[in-house]
Amino acid sequence: MAAKSTLGTALQKRRADIQTMWQRQLAVQGGSAKGRVSTEELDKQAQQFLRAFEAAVLSDKLEDVNGPEWAEVRGFLEDLSRKRVLAGFSSDETATFVFSLKRPIFDVLREEGSKDADRLASDIWEATVLLDKLGMHTVKTFQKAREEVIGRQQQELLELSTPVVKLWDGILALPMIGTLDSARTQVVMESLLQRIVETESQIAIIDITGVPTVDTLVAQHLLKTVTALRLMGADCIISGVRPQIAQTIVHLGLDLQGVTTKANLADALAVALKRTGASISKA
Amino acid sequence: MDRIPILRMGGFLLVTIQVDMHDQLAVVLQEDLTNAIDKHGSKGVLIDISALEMVDSFIGRMISDISGMARILDAKTVVVGMQPAVAITLVELGLSLTGVATALNVERGMEYLRRALEDGHGV
Repeated sequence: MAAKSTLGTALQKRRADIQTMWQRQLAVQGGSAKGRVSTEELDKQAQQFLRAFEAAVLSDKLEDVNGPEWAEVRGFLEDLSRKRVLAGFSSDETATFVFSLKRPIFDVLREEGSKDADRLASDIWEATVLLDKLGMHTVKTFQKAREEVIGRQQQELLELSTPVVKLWDGILALPMIGTLDSARTQVVMESLLQRIVETESQIAIIDITGVPTVDTLVAQHLLKTVTALRLMGADCIISGVRPQIAQTIVHLGLDLQGVTTKANLADALAVALKRTGASISKA
Repeated sequence: MDRIPILRMGGFLLVTIQVDMHDQLAVVLQEDLTNAIDKHGSKGVLIDISALEMVDSFIGRMISDISGMARILDAKTVVVGMQPAVAITLVELGLSLTGVATALNVERGMEYLRRALEDGHGV
């Protein structure tokens, strides 16, 4: 198949040269940065990309990199971005993979292309626009892959941070760790209420030892949880109130009346046991 | 027309809400219940809402109102078996039902009423 564009012709004729030059370029620019990708792996990726790139260029649809002709190239770049996200590359390091191809291609175009300066300039312009688009696509997928990772971690964190533990027959405890926001409180509240129904527990102890700060919003969330618990017919004790938090609560003018608060979990458990009519004694 | 049955059990009245509450039903229930308290001279009312999956502010108010009316007629009210989703909805609506006694299930609710009655006699 004869290529219509100068870029296509140059690629067909000098692919091996371009590849060698590119590989050198990648090595110089630290494409294999800090040994996260081996040189062999990088060479293989370069080879794969060039093959797909050539096929796409020969289709003569240079303007539209979103078209079906470029699907393979896009797929390869997406795959590459995803791998690099997991390997801990930064976005510029990932984009450099594509951008470093400019130098070899421009060199070859200068050697192979038209001696007419206008023609050469337009060929180079065409190539640079094309590579820029591919580079942008790589960065876009890189960003997206990274956001996916963050989203997944957030979800995991949310699930990890809401264990409801059974302390005694009819007594549940909920150790809260980390900052409380609306989304987390919602999850916490739901799982606690659900467990109350399942275990038919009368008393829930919310331990806030692991909550760094309490502001009006956090206090409001806590009070909501306490009210919901009361509506269901269970009692609630808040434990682990540190001196600073007690001060903040008073300074903020929050009303925690009607809520039993204790300094630590042990005191809270003692009260809970008393209310359920159970007792522990040394043998 | 639909009515929510009110069962008499000794000195107590038992109301089990098994259908979706709508406003008309709630109004009729209020009327029936106050009449029943008066007629039987009941000292306690137990409202089981464990099958209730949806509430709005009107139903929330109604529960609170029934409790208030019963109190004036010298009967204690206990609401039992509220579902988590219902509890969260009521809290979000800003209805904390202060003054309404609650219990986890019918058994606990009955226990509460019995104890409340004994305390009442003691005074």
